Amino acid sequence: MAFVDYYKILGIDKSASTGDIKKAYRKLARKYHPDLNPSDKDAERKFKEINEANEVLSNPENRKKYDEHGKDWKHAEEFEKANQQQRQYQGGRQQNPFGDFGGGDYSDFFESMFGGRSARGRQSSGSGVKFRGQDLNATLNLSLKDVYETHKRTLTINGKNIRLTIPAGVKNGQVIKIKGHGGEGINGGPKGDLNITFTIDNNTNFKLDGDNLYTTVELDLYKAILGGEITVVTFDGKAKLKIAPETQNSTKVKLKGKGFPIYKKDGEFGDLYITYQVKIPKNLSEKEKQLFAELAKLRPL
Amino acid sequence: MSIEKFIPLHKLCELYKVKMSFFSSLNEIGLIEIITIEESNYIHQDKINDIEKMIRMHIDLDINIEGIDIAINLLQKIDELENELISLKNRLKIYEN
Repeated sequence: MAFVDYYKILGIDKSASTGDIKKAYRKLARKYHPDLNPSDKDAERKFKEINEANEVLSNPENRKKYDEHGKDWKHAEEFEKANQQQRQYQGGRQQNPFGDFGGGDYSDFFESMFGGRSARGRQSSGSGVKFRGQDLNATLNLSLKDVYETHKRTLTINGKNIRLTIPAGVKNGQVIKIKGHGGEGINGGPKGDLNITFTIDNNTNFKLDGDNLYTTVELDLYKAILGGEITVVTFDGKAKLKIAPETQNSTKVKLKGKGFPIYKKDGEFGDLYITYQVKIPKNLSEKEKQLFAELAKLRPL
Repeated sequence: MSIEKFIPLHKLCELYKVKMSFFSSLNEIGLIEIITIEESNYIHQDKINDIEKMIRMHIDLDINIEGIDIAINLLQKIDELENELISLKNRLKIYEN
């Protein structure tokens, strides 16, 4: 367990006044507060450190204890016994002013020295006040095929099973908020929310842009020149396509409504764009070479 | 109008130990919408997350109403930019493979 230098965390000297501590804390809290840095884990960690430092240094009794025994925290227990009767706070853990952000998540050092309780001895701000539970964040990895259709899935979050309906067309990086499935509220406050970030892996031959799908289909030379019919693979099946005579390489065709489902628009789909790639035959026979040579003579460049 | 989905403002003042004037100022600046039903003021329950965020900014961080307005607007902008970034990253993937 490492010693935590609370003065360093707040960027102040050991001689800092209560006002200096408050000022330093406010300044850093404004910079790292989770409300101002949503989804920023580093800021959240930093904020917890700042909060913990303030919990200790803003309370004269605890600051004294920290200054005297901080580096030698193992002896803090003896100090604790000697001062037991003077303690201003008793009983269980009190409400942290930042309870919403897991403010009670103290370092091992803090837990060892102050027993994990709020060290400020503040009764008024916490007791009886309802706090909304913490918002929980989770990531769900799915494949592009998984999100082609609306489906249900059971997730285990903090030991609880949550059955979710995942709407078709959900996008990579999209966050869905599930109300009331976050952390428990404090003092009867409402539960927090569960924010699920979707990571969608695409292992198909289709590229997705918005709701439209893109793919390349090889076209043999003779069909490209003479026209005909081909069967192409779409995302959910097959489709027959007519090829116009003299179809050029890289020609694009649009299959309306054969793209990806549009999020939360039941039955609506994007389009599928197919690019034809004309395949030039290889390993020509003597006869083929001869015929191509004859064709070439008919159309001198 | 059914008041089931609305939270009385006086209850919020009690709960979060903030003055009614705080909510009035937020309402004036357009950050929240106070709804009056039968001479009592309410907030829609769906807005409670936003309101809690503003209360935390005010109480925990000592940010005044104008500061909250700026912070909320900038956070909205960040949110929009993040969504745009996700969408552009998804598009970029098309050309990376």
